[in-house]
Amino acid sequence: MKKISYISFFTATSIYLFAQTNTLQDSIKRGKVVYNKVCLSCHMADGSGVPKMNPPLTVAEYMNDKKKMISIVLKGMNDRIPIDDEYYSNAMAPHADLSNQQIADVLTYVRNSFGNKAGAVSVAEVAAVRTPAKPAAKSVSNNTINKKQ
Amino acid sequence: MKYLITGLLLLSSYQLFAGETHPSRNKKNNDNAGLTLPAGFTATVVAEGYGSVRHITLTKTGGLYAKLGKLYKGKGILYFKQSADGKLELVSSFGKYIGTGIAIKNGYLYASSNTEVFRYKLNDKEEVIDTANPEKIITGLLDRHEHETKSIALDNNNNIYVNIGAYSNACQVEDRKKGSPSMKPCPILDSAGGIWMFKADQLNQTYKDGIRYATGLRNVVGLDWNTATNSLFVMQHGRDQLHDLFPEMYDTKQSAELPSECMYEIKKGDNAGWPYIYYDHLVNKKIIAPEYGGDGKKSTDEYLTPAVAFPGHLAPNGLQFYSAKQFPDKYKNGAFIAFHGSWNRAPEPQEGYYVAFVPFKNGKPNGKWEVFANGFAGATISPRGAEHRPCGLAQGPDGSLYVSDDSKGTIYKISYNK
Repeated sequence: MKKISYISFFTATSIYLFAQTNTLQDSIKRGKVVYNKVCLSCHMADGSGVPKMNPPLTVAEYMNDKKKMISIVLKGMNDRIPIDDEYYSNAMAPHADLSNQQIADVLTYVRNSFGNKAGAVSVAEVAAVRTPAKPAAKSVSNNTINKKQ
Repeated sequence: MKYLITGLLLLSSYQLFAGETHPSRNKKNNDNAGLTLPAGFTATVVAEGYGSVRHITLTKTGGLYAKLGKLYKGKGILYFKQSADGKLELVSSFGKYIGTGIAIKNGYLYASSNTEVFRYKLNDKEEVIDTANPEKIITGLLDRHEHETKSIALDNNNNIYVNIGAYSNACQVEDRKKGSPSMKPCPILDSAGGIWMFKADQLNQTYKDGIRYATGLRNVVGLDWNTATNSLFVMQHGRDQLHDLFPEMYDTKQSAELPSECMYEIKKGDNAGWPYIYYDHLVNKKIIAPEYGGDGKKSTDEYLTPAVAFPGHLAPNGLQFYSAKQFPDKYKNGAFIAFHGSWNRAPEPQEGYYVAFVPFKNGKPNGKWEVFANGFAGATISPRGAEHRPCGLAQGPDGSLYVSDDSKGTIYKISYNK
């Protein structure tokens, strides 16, 4: 009896772990598709970015803050933040039109590519940052633009 | 005799072939600083390790001033002298501001930050007399962190021309946001997206003291006063992201090749058309921008036509008309262009990272442009991977061409050996 419970325990654990790994790999795979379509033209295929224009996605400390990463994808970025003593000048457009799943996947891809080793980003984490009051903006009209500058 | 003719024919066709596609690389004597050049030219590194060397200018005795995009040991302008071994020797540094523009005219050194232009009085050896107290010529120019550098050129009539780049890709309400509408008229053009003209000798000029000399230029980094035509020539950085923003109209290949990077001869009052149009060198037409009702094909006759149109995204950062006698006749009065190299061709291969040449005759381009000096990037042709990126160009008093690199701060000297 005891033996059987051990076996079931190990089997359940293995299935769980396998499923986890599989989910991560699937998310990375889906994330790469999103990256190539939406991010690559500015951040480059290897995440190295463009000096003075588009920041690299290869700096470990910027992978620590998941909320910030999610927020940048949703709202875009116009801040001037130096990375390794260099400023990046191009505006990043908001990508709130991407689904929570797509944002989770693309960030999971970035956090596990270009030399980065950081955890996955979940759909729930993206949903938590995307406030319920602001549903995904599919189209923007002149009247509803919230000009940040 | 027959063999001799055949031999001559073979030899000349080889030379033609070599001249067009494989400029010789004289590796026996010199590796030409890693550059590939046309036959008879040599290149040497005369300075290196100064970081972001943007534009450069030479004195009549071969001294060189460099404007830096990043401070070097706290200073933004470097002054080098020719040393006995043919290299440049750093003798002084001054100006605690970053910037791009630098020029010598009428006994002054002019230098720009991203918002102002200064001038320093020179002595008879064209050395700055008082490095700590320049005169502020122009102030209060727009710097919104995109296309913020201010390139400068001076004419022979006491005027200075300053580029004020547009802080935008295509004048959308939200910059670079797919689906964001364009603004019409584009409000950016009142204070940016053009060339402004000021007096070269008046202090503290602002927008109201200058005139908008030309508009509809998204961003100019390379510009030069052509003394042969007595007119201003500029190189525009064309807009980005045709495919990202309009994937239904442009595939990635078209988006890599378009729009053309254009050279314009500018006269007072000209409008080159940004953001309403772009130039397409494949069909030689001014195409209505997709943000403004274009479909990738619709064209217009309005706006200035470029003097030369190059493939897209090469990023022309330096322009120098060659007025000296050292190089062969073909180069006389022609234009050298330093192409910083593309980023917005991804996922297609990147392009540029070389110095090109356009022959001129009677003030007009005369024949196809060609790559003059290549190999700056090294093995990896990408914005981050490139070893060196050509940025500034200047002509030395002996007729040599100097090229600066704003990636690692190398300065190259290219000479012709008769």
